Amino acid sequence: MPVAVHLPTVLRPHAGGAKTVTAEGSTVGEVLDALAAEFPGLSGQVVSDDGVLHRFVNVYVNDDDVRYLSSLDTPVKDDDEVSILPAVAGGA
Amino acid sequence: MTVHGSVLDLIGNTPMVDVSALSPNPDVRILVKLEGQNPGGSVKDRVARSMVEQAEADGVLTPGQTLLEPSSGNTGIGLALVCRLKGYELVVVLPSNVSPERRQLLEVWGARIVESPGSEGSNGAVRLARAMAEEHPEWCFLYQYANPANPRAHYTGTGPEIWRDCPEVTHFVAGLGTSGTLLGVGRYLKEQNPAVQVWAVEPPAGEMVDGLRNLDDGYIPPIFEDQGGAQLLDRKTVVKPLESIEWTRRLADVGVFAGISTGAALAGAARCAASVERGVVVVVSADGGWKYLSTGAWTDDLDVVEKRARATIYF
Repeated sequence: MPVAVHLPTVLRPHAGGAKTVTAEGSTVGEVLDALAAEFPGLSGQVVSDDGVLHRFVNVYVNDDDVRYLSSLDTPVKDDDEVSILPAVAGGA
Repeated sequence: MTVHGSVLDLIGNTPMVDVSALSPNPDVRILVKLEGQNPGGSVKDRVARSMVEQAEADGVLTPGQTLLEPSSGNTGIGLALVCRLKGYELVVVLPSNVSPERRQLLEVWGARIVESPGSEGSNGAVRLARAMAEEHPEWCFLYQYANPANPRAHYTGTGPEIWRDCPEVTHFVAGLGTSGTLLGVGRYLKEQNPAVQVWAVEPPAGEMVDGLRNLDDGYIPPIFEDQGGAQLLDRKTVVKPLESIEWTRRLADVGVFAGISTGAALAGAARCAASVERGVVVVVSADGGWKYLSTGAWTDDLDVVEKRARATIYF
């Protein structure tokens, strides 16, 4: 199933400048793998070579950070939106 | 009522108020802890006092010394108040795109402001402050993002107050900035009752991340990693500016005049309430609405306010 994936500014050059792309998969991990297959420049940027989320990357399904759901095994379905964002300092 | 010897004694022991009228689930109560009642106007008064007094006790802060801190406002304001009373100079590194009231409040208590680029958000303020700390080793750099006295203020203050006033709490919801509130209160409440769930609410990073050159410039507060934040949190959810403002307005409908981050926290609490059968959700309101009047949050058209909020740091 294709889902929309929103890319942060810093990753857009690896996807031909696109802000949002679509990728197939039934879990976050599958979607990110499909994305890396289509845009080799993204490979290793979001999911490290040993298969875990990059330390400074947060991935959300709709509004929820997948680290607190089932991480890369978090299911996605049609109409879900996946967002990739760098971790930044919060205001304080 | 007691007569207090110092404004510093007025920090903490904030009231909680029931706003269950806003709960989407009739079987879930929602209580808001009003940190805007602190004398400097925010939850950060607790952190400011805690960090300064710890530094004094450790001997790393001595009379006449200058302090340095990156802050989008509230910590700086709390520190300015504490420093004014204790006689320290304070330099605050402040992103240029905070609401003007924050800047003015810093000036009320005599802090010196150094601006960091607004496009870099709090990341930019942290980076600049760290560079300045290296240039000025004679200054005291409390660094709230890495200072254990930050979560400790909540572990010894905010958390026990919530447990004292509401031992039936099932869920705790707060905004995620330095992560100090979530770490300190979350750990305390889970020690009392391991079934308590801790939910973090984040503002969307949005335009603030455009200043990042690559992902390795990302930032996780050292206290979050040092104190096992990822293991402590049960859920982390993003609330967008529009929803934050809508909930800020709903709060005003029940008489609570709170800052925009409280609207975001309430939106998170509502999601939480809708996702469980029954329970009691305690939410931290980090500050009151005063510092956000210039954003028009309560009075202007929603879409206008939303645009303004996107360009402003409100957490």
